[in-house]
Amino acid sequence: MMIDLDQRRAVGEPIHDAAPTGDIRTLWDDHLLDLKLVNPANRRRFKVIVVGTGLAGAGAAATLSELGYQVEAFTLHDAPRRAHSVAAQGGINAAKAYKADGDSVDRLFRDTVKGGDFRSREADVHRLSEMSVRVIDHMTALGVPFAREYGGQIATRSFGGVQVSRTFYARGQTGQQLQIAGSQQLLKEVGAGRLTLHTRMEMLDLIVADGRAAGIVTRDMVTGEIRPHSAHAVVLATGGYGNVYFKSTLAKSSNVTATWRAHKRGALFGNPCFVQFHPTSLPVSNEWQSKTTLMSESLRNDGRVWVPKVAGDDRPPNDIPEDERDYYLERMYPSFGNLAPRDISSRAAKAQLDAGKGVGPLRNGVYLDFADAIARLGRKTMEERYGNLLDLYVDATGEDPYTAPMRIAPGPHFVMGGLWTDYNQMSNIPGLFVGGEASFNYHGANRLGANSLLSASVDGWFVLPWTVANYLAPRLGTEVPPDDHPDVEAAVSETRERVDALLAVQGTRGPDEYHKELGQLLMDHVGVERHADGLAKGMDAIRELRDDFWMNVQVVGHGQQLNQELERAGRIADYLELGELMALDALDRDESAGAHFRSEHQTEDGEALRDDDNWTSGSAWSPPGEDGRPIRRSEPLTFEAVPLATRSYK
Amino acid sequence: MRLSLVIWRQADATAAGDFERYELTDIAPEVSILELLDMLNAQLVAENRDPVAFDHDCREGICGSCGLMVNGQAHGPVDSTPACLQRARSFEDGDIVTMEPFRADAFPVIRDLVVDRSSLDRIIASGGYVSTATNAAPEALTMSVNKIESDVAMDHAACIGCGACVAACPNAAAQLFTGAKVAHLAQLPQGQVERYERVRSMVETMEEDFGSCTNFGECVPACPADIQLDVIALLNRDYARSMFRVSGDEEVRHKDRRDIPWLSRLRSGPWWQSDPDDQPHATS
Repeated sequence: MMIDLDQRRAVGEPIHDAAPTGDIRTLWDDHLLDLKLVNPANRRRFKVIVVGTGLAGAGAAATLSELGYQVEAFTLHDAPRRAHSVAAQGGINAAKAYKADGDSVDRLFRDTVKGGDFRSREADVHRLSEMSVRVIDHMTALGVPFAREYGGQIATRSFGGVQVSRTFYARGQTGQQLQIAGSQQLLKEVGAGRLTLHTRMEMLDLIVADGRAAGIVTRDMVTGEIRPHSAHAVVLATGGYGNVYFKSTLAKSSNVTATWRAHKRGALFGNPCFVQFHPTSLPVSNEWQSKTTLMSESLRNDGRVWVPKVAGDDRPPNDIPEDERDYYLERMYPSFGNLAPRDISSRAAKAQLDAGKGVGPLRNGVYLDFADAIARLGRKTMEERYGNLLDLYVDATGEDPYTAPMRIAPGPHFVMGGLWTDYNQMSNIPGLFVGGEASFNYHGANRLGANSLLSASVDGWFVLPWTVANYLAPRLGTEVPPDDHPDVEAAVSETRERVDALLAVQGTRGPDEYHKELGQLLMDHVGVERHADGLAKGMDAIRELRDDFWMNVQVVGHGQQLNQELERAGRIADYLELGELMALDALDRDESAGAHFRSEHQTEDGEALRDDDNWTSGSAWSPPGEDGRPIRRSEPLTFEAVPLATRSYK
Repeated sequence: MRLSLVIWRQADATAAGDFERYELTDIAPEVSILELLDMLNAQLVAENRDPVAFDHDCREGICGSCGLMVNGQAHGPVDSTPACLQRARSFEDGDIVTMEPFRADAFPVIRDLVVDRSSLDRIIASGGYVSTATNAAPEALTMSVNKIESDVAMDHAACIGCGACVAACPNAAAQLFTGAKVAHLAQLPQGQVERYERVRSMVETMEEDFGSCTNFGECVPACPADIQLDVIALLNRDYARSMFRVSGDEEVRHKDRRDIPWLSRLRSGPWWQSDPDDQPHATS
């Protein structure tokens, strides 16, 4: 199959000035001195909109409100606490070096850059690592009950992909505890009358007035009212788009609409093809299973991954003798073993499944076995460490992981891609800031375990409040655009037209059917393993599906009511555009890197083969130009503090 | 497996609602209660009928979005389990399963099974936090916390904010929810400074919207996070103490008496001439 890339995309100017230069170890401190300040008395004259109340959004909104800005926060949930940060289980990394195991800020930095397979921005990652220390202090002060040692100090554990113990945790509910602490701070500001919170309110467009982000258009999900909200700056902290695969570890209402709408208004979309598949999610067992629930990776600390040596071995796991089991991670990666990074573990699992060695009724999983750990540590310790995770498994499957091994499989989990941002977390649209999973800059081609809570916290609490101020300072005295500003009116009427168009199709297939079909196309062609032919085929199939959607989708009900079908239809319409860009980005990036594994580019051992000469860069896509082709720009990446090297987990 | 679903349908907050009956077939035993609604909705959409509106999100028991009454029980027949993790295997083939929204004055129905639970957030907004400004926190290890106390704090902090405790309570009281937050923060050194202002303010806000606790204890088996009744005892104890104390210090500090409503009322009494801190012995 001949693929002419130039028919599918155009190439634009590279981006060179995304991060300041200088000594990376002092860069953030030096940069803080350069950032402009807003006089406390003037802060109330600025209005900032924060979309999303997860860890990044709640942090930014609460802090900006504490500082005295007028903040309006928006969530599509009924309460700020529900945001999907709540579901992160395992923990949050921080370079506290509380154990004498050689950890440091620079080591967390290095691990993150290497873990990302050299496709992230060094300056941003170093800041992430530095600020990790403050995040733990802050969260502790807010009352997060981090696990403690008997001496009273905070406990840590080691987490997939690293050899030091730097992951802080609160039982198996770390995300929940951080998220609740964050939403409490947000509500504290609401209670004090300083912050306006809008719940059940979905952002459907970004207002760009006179070249700057100047507000958003929302739909009230209860009344259906569509209206503009103007502001001096907009922060998007709306999470990742992994739910595009339909079955994923994400929450059902996680979506790409906010960032995609911003993209359609000109915001660059970075590295859309970089998607992490979690090696330890629940295998699908029936048609109606709504997700592949995540079983925290921390389980791999004490569990051993294996499959039967012979394909099609139907015996119950406990009847398969030791010498007929293949502990393939320990065999292939002796030094990291079961803790090999997520992309490697996911791919290794997929190879076993493809070889017919899958276990369980649908042969779509591998075993994660705790027998050795239970023998060594006792059942009580295991319950303490993983109690609720194992209960979740019992509930979902009816099987008892204390007596027989769990079944796990790779599932879409986290997207490293997102809106492109500079070092200030600002997109190419002035005044549009992005934080957390919605942005793209920290995790490169693969995210290290326990770094997602970290990046969301750092952005929300410790970066955006400083950089948003820097943007606002010179804008003192400017007014937000009135509702009758032509750019505001255009955004509102276009939003109304889009909602009406969805309702007007009056077809025969519900939005979920399209979502499932899109998810399958992406799993097949833009999944754990990709190939040029499949990607091209996938792109074309997604485009066809999208055309079909706009001819045959059926949205029951009307727009002036709580209408969950309409909400879904809007999100899936955006997913159908995003999906094509993911395939295009994966096709365009003619190398393997981290979670992006192109089967044409692998070493003799089947490892990802990067092409550093041509692809040491991030992609940043502009929406399609007049000829219908999206324009890919690249941001060249340089690696000075951590020299380019091939990852080896052997 | 085959089930009949009898579901409360209500077009919006002001409409009169009613039950409707639907039939579902080919149900796998591990299908969750929410997935039953997915199956039903796919069927309804195929017939061009309005699907059932219901709140849900993470589907793994942590976000607290889902909540409905199933056969009269909050979340469903299995104790301490959210609806998203309750399975069809709890029912017998051919059973009739009734699904209603959470019923409480503080949770008005928005549509079908969706209710407005923002009254819970009002309780949190009135004091369910530690007031620490961003960037003001000391090094985390300066505060040692006994492991057992930290574990107990975590037990209380596990609340997912679903509101099942309110829905299960004959009085629609929110003591378990409020108690869980009060107990979580009262258990930790970080929560001491605002301990008594917090409980006083949260209880007063709670009483604006919710009923009163009369110790039925129905909330506990309904709670997906296993919050226990002792948080209500702690809530009551701290609320009573808050009449006498303004901070977590064990002693009532003399100069703070003016802030204590109970004592300031006494101030006008015949033997309470003046606050000694304000007027050091004006002898006449």
